[in-house]
Amino acid sequence: MKILVPVKRVVDYNVKIRVKADGTGVETASVKFSMNPFDEIAVEEAVRLKEAGKATEVVVVSLGPSAAQETLRTALAMGADRAILVQTDAEVQPLAVAKVLKALVDKEQPRIVLLGKQAIDDDCNQTGQMLAALLGWPQGTFASKVAVGDDALTVTREIDGGLETIELTLPAVVTADLRLNEPRYASLPNIMKAKKKPFETLTPGSLGVDVTPRLTTLKVVEPPRRKAGVKVADVAALVDKLKNDARVI
Amino acid sequence: MVTKTGPSSAKLGSFAWDDPLLLDDQLTEDERMIRDAARAYCQDHLLPRVVEANRYEVFHREIMNEMGELGFLGSTIEGYGCAGVNYVSYGLVAREVERVDSGYRSAMSVQSSLVMHPIHAYGSEAQREKYLPKLAAGEWVGCFGLTEPDAGSDPAGMKTRARSADGGYILTGSKMWITNAPISDVFVVWAKNDAGRINGFVLEKGMKGLSAPKIEGKFSLRASITGEIVMDEVFVPEENRLPNADGLSGPFGCLNRARYGIAWGAMGAAEFCFHQARQYQLDRKQFGRPLAANQIPQLKLANMETEIALGLQAALRVGRLMDEGRVAPEMISLIKRNNCGKALDIARVARDMHGGNGIADEFHVIRHAMNLEAVNTYEGTHDVHALILGRAITGLQAFAP
Repeated sequence: MKILVPVKRVVDYNVKIRVKADGTGVETASVKFSMNPFDEIAVEEAVRLKEAGKATEVVVVSLGPSAAQETLRTALAMGADRAILVQTDAEVQPLAVAKVLKALVDKEQPRIVLLGKQAIDDDCNQTGQMLAALLGWPQGTFASKVAVGDDALTVTREIDGGLETIELTLPAVVTADLRLNEPRYASLPNIMKAKKKPFETLTPGSLGVDVTPRLTTLKVVEPPRRKAGVKVADVAALVDKLKNDARVI
Repeated sequence: MVTKTGPSSAKLGSFAWDDPLLLDDQLTEDERMIRDAARAYCQDHLLPRVVEANRYEVFHREIMNEMGELGFLGSTIEGYGCAGVNYVSYGLVAREVERVDSGYRSAMSVQSSLVMHPIHAYGSEAQREKYLPKLAAGEWVGCFGLTEPDAGSDPAGMKTRARSADGGYILTGSKMWITNAPISDVFVVWAKNDAGRINGFVLEKGMKGLSAPKIEGKFSLRASITGEIVMDEVFVPEENRLPNADGLSGPFGCLNRARYGIAWGAMGAAEFCFHQARQYQLDRKQFGRPLAANQIPQLKLANMETEIALGLQAALRVGRLMDEGRVAPEMISLIKRNNCGKALDIARVARDMHGGNGIADEFHVIRHAMNLEAVNTYEGTHDVHALILGRAITGLQAFAP
């Protein structure tokens, strides 16, 4: 069974995000990039399924600039078998990614597409769901546990009230939540071996997909600074503020 | 007034305070990946243990297994379960490990450069097969015995003797300040043979007459274990002699590699101290504003950043030359001496910039300052490396009569 794992190159979670002076986006010059942490969890899960003999091949894919090669190499060093880069310098939005992934699913015929629940840069949380819709496949989002059977997948999902366990018929789309696993560190020997693994570069055009953004960013601004609190004289003043200023009671 | 500027000077880049000369750009994709993997492991798994380890003088033996699993041990060796990375990558790993603690980096350097390297470079195929895979995995720990109580900077003055005996040698003598010795399974020991030539021997734990008592009362590198090697008529079979090492060039070949790693490692410790001092000065407010708003702290931080940026550039340059097979030992003396001395200064200043908190171990800087005292001294002191450079500059040797 083949597993396809899409990964995204994002600004590293340790970087303090700064908005560009002209308000067109966030500063990305000389900023550290790394694999989206939720995608790292997805790669780890796929590699574990392979190590457990449940999967036969783990293919990682990324849509992005040529620098996303590095992200894919990291996934190969973690244990994925081969990588596909769909290279574009365009801004990638969830629908475009989902369309590219659909084209790749048609080509690669995986039984599971396993990806992060969202990317930490735009926090969209849409790609997995859109892909499932385009494919007409069942989806198990926010997975904290995945068990693979012969023709079905049992996914434990993190929902507001607790955990929900669902069974999906394969093929299916699964999105990884934080507690699914703790990803391994790429070891030095595996980083060296990753260089020799197959690496294919495609373009959205060669897959027949138009990735032109459908959404336009009007402007990007820093979140408003939190204002200092105030002290109230008595309970009556507090109730008054809650009622009239905060409007919560 | 109109200043004429060329097209290249019109374009400016952006400045990153924590990577002022864009070292990141000078690395290959593999090197960056190796650095990132090493940093993640060190920050997630070494940093949480180090305060206790240092406070109670404990070396967590399992760290060697963890480093083995990640391929940090003997990483430049090809085959025998080793990763086969270049020297720049080896340096980048040393920097990340020492960003946490010089003691952990010492344990790794000794295993890699002083134990695995000589077995690989000077050993027989049988010795390589026997020792390297287990040392690479961290299943075995090794140590390197050159320094003696009365022979430090002058190793040729060693007293340890390897007397020829039936089927091998009888080793007698003692070695001092030996990282990893009390927990070692494998001891690479240097001794003079009947002809007065320095030879290398691989001793194993449990050999009759071999002991490795721990040195107590260290105020430096407390998270790594240090001991003596005492050899009282230890019989070492011929097959345990390193066949391809003859004279001091054997141990010096090892030390060159270790010193190169130290030059990177010391910069890791310095970077940590610089970052901590900066954060502390930004966070702590006196007289209604951050300490960092004052001129003296800014001057100190600028000095730190400058020395680190230059030290890292030098280490990278020497690493590239090593990878090209063009390094001279004097280059390594230059960067070992400079980077250790500068790192020690930076750690002391960072300690000072933490005020009273600077002496508490939970702020880490006092630990780095204490550690770097040893790092500045071991593997050729700051002064002795100056004399090596002095000899190369003048053609006159100052350290022998």
